[in-house]
Amino acid sequence: MAEILRVEHLKKYFKTPAGLLHAVDDVSFSIEKGKTLGVVGESGCGKSTLGRTILHLLDSTDGKIYFEGQDITNVTKSQLKELRRNMQIIFQDPFSSLNPRMCVSEIIQEPLEIYKAYSDKKEMLRRVAELMNTVGLAPSLAGSYPHELDGGRRQRIGVARALAMNPKFIVCDEPVSALDVSIQAQILNLMQDLQEELGLTYVFITHNLSVVKHISDDILVMYLGKVVEYSSGEALFEHQYHPYTKALLAAIAIPDIDRQNERILLKGEISSPVNPRPGCRFAPRCEYCTAICRKKAPVMEEIVPGHFVACHHVRKINGMSEEK
Amino acid sequence: MEKFLDIRDLNVEFKSDRGTVKAVNHVSFHINKGETIGLVGETGAGKTTTALSIMKLVPGPHGKIKSGEVLFEGEDLLKKSEKDMRKIRGGKISMIFQDPMTSLNPVVTVGDQIAEVIKLHNEKKSRQEMKEKAKQMLELVGIPASRYGDYPHQFSGGMKQRVVIAIALACNPELLIADEPTTALDVTIQAQVLELMAKLKKELNTSMILITHDLGVVAGECDHVAIMYAGEIVEYGSLKDIYKETKHPYTIGLFRSIPNVDKKDTRLIPIPGLMPDPANLPKGCYFAPRCQNKLPECDTCHPETLEVSPGHFVKCLRVQKEVESHG
Repeated sequence: MAEILRVEHLKKYFKTPAGLLHAVDDVSFSIEKGKTLGVVGESGCGKSTLGRTILHLLDSTDGKIYFEGQDITNVTKSQLKELRRNMQIIFQDPFSSLNPRMCVSEIIQEPLEIYKAYSDKKEMLRRVAELMNTVGLAPSLAGSYPHELDGGRRQRIGVARALAMNPKFIVCDEPVSALDVSIQAQILNLMQDLQEELGLTYVFITHNLSVVKHISDDILVMYLGKVVEYSSGEALFEHQYHPYTKALLAAIAIPDIDRQNERILLKGEISSPVNPRPGCRFAPRCEYCTAICRKKAPVMEEIVPGHFVACHHVRKINGMSEEK
Repeated sequence: MEKFLDIRDLNVEFKSDRGTVKAVNHVSFHINKGETIGLVGETGAGKTTTALSIMKLVPGPHGKIKSGEVLFEGEDLLKKSEKDMRKIRGGKISMIFQDPMTSLNPVVTVGDQIAEVIKLHNEKKSRQEMKEKAKQMLELVGIPASRYGDYPHQFSGGMKQRVVIAIALACNPELLIADEPTTALDVTIQAQVLELMAKLKKELNTSMILITHDLGVVAGECDHVAIMYAGEIVEYGSLKDIYKETKHPYTIGLFRSIPNVDKKDTRLIPIPGLMPDPANLPKGCYFAPRCQNKLPECDTCHPETLEVSPGHFVKCLRVQKEVESHG
């Protein structure tokens, strides 16, 4: 399968009064066409910043982004406009990401107008109706305003808007986090159907581990701007190598009374990403932390084929023989 | 075991432009000493309103407790005066709110906020004693006492929620109502907070009402579960009843909607449609418009609560029929 997006050593730092905030720090990955990459991590780990930097909603500090083989790290404004046809985003909060003064059809129509996709108004409205049908919005809602609709329907508008220009690639930034479970399942199914029908590629950002397992082919686990583990979704849930991933997965509350996880309680909380100390970002909370962890940042290592981990002690922790 | 809190046939309504919103309809359940009951349901199911009714905090003038009894240690809280209720709130019954970011006062130090509760309920204590007790509470929830003088914005979300827990537990309440206490928190912090609550609950033998939409959290923390839908309890029972002998089609639908981490299921089975408008509830079973297993009479006849096995209650006509046909 063809690679659609490749990110190499991407960095995004923010200037703050206290110093440089390392939101995304040296992240690399690639996605094949039609696949879903899940990005998981807790609040403040840089997952949303990563999604936005890929789309040029934020300028990257360093690193390269390739879309369909073309370097898009530095593009002009007009090139960017063309790129956005193919790269779209669905936002987390269906309550604040829709213009409250536009009705449903106007919201979905806006991208078509921006790109002057149709010269004939009737055809454009036909396309809007088609999009509404695709995402399961009743035609009668075309004149409704966002505040009249529930969260699930609003999120469907967000999906329709993202699909308007037939993009190839969509960043989904926590698209179901604000929804109730029964509605969440409806939207997840919709997104999977659309992926199959239209051959879409997703970067799916979420903090919900059961959702990420359900929807992703590959998973990237982030902690304080760094990738700590990267592998196929199945392999990751089969065996976690990084101590943070282990704790993260053990913390999932499973709705089954016979299968309760042995919780791994982490000490303390996520530290500040402003001027981070050298060494492993996870070291202050890690029970296996030694002197080297505080001095030297671990590099990503392919520990078993296709499974990348960034940890100095990964072999020791997982009872594997040391090899170099 | 004695019935420690007994809620009988509670009805709460809100007046709005669109008519009367029936937020809580004929809700009855009880808690024994030291037990935890989980109140589960989606947005708008009436979970928080039920909790607020226990504290007599339903926001007026639009909201009104229409009828029902809330018996706490044998006395009906709904008949108590506002003055008596203020003694009970934060004293014998206290509440943890969902959002730790907004439930603390931003211009008062966290230590003083804990001391305030102690002051209100123990007039005899000296300032110094109150401060000491507040410091103990901070240590109890895992925050160094040296941070007594810090303001809420200097804490992270997880730590703020610990402060809220410290405030709630400062007067050793007998009943703790926790409204989505971990929903705003990250999973690893959620695990820490749940562990802390379970530990403190055990030490102080507190009873708890845990309001949540997360069936995973319930499985780990609760003894009994009440599933709420459109202001009603549609299924009630022990953990085993709800998770193993699931009867109500809504409960079954909820379980199917959750992605399973153990196996790779390719598609989820969502519940079609939306929750009914509480100002305009269907005539028959409230769940009937979304139910895929309904009988013709479900649209017209509202089901009664039926005890299908000791302690396991279900509100569903189909279940009722099945039980009857088996004798």
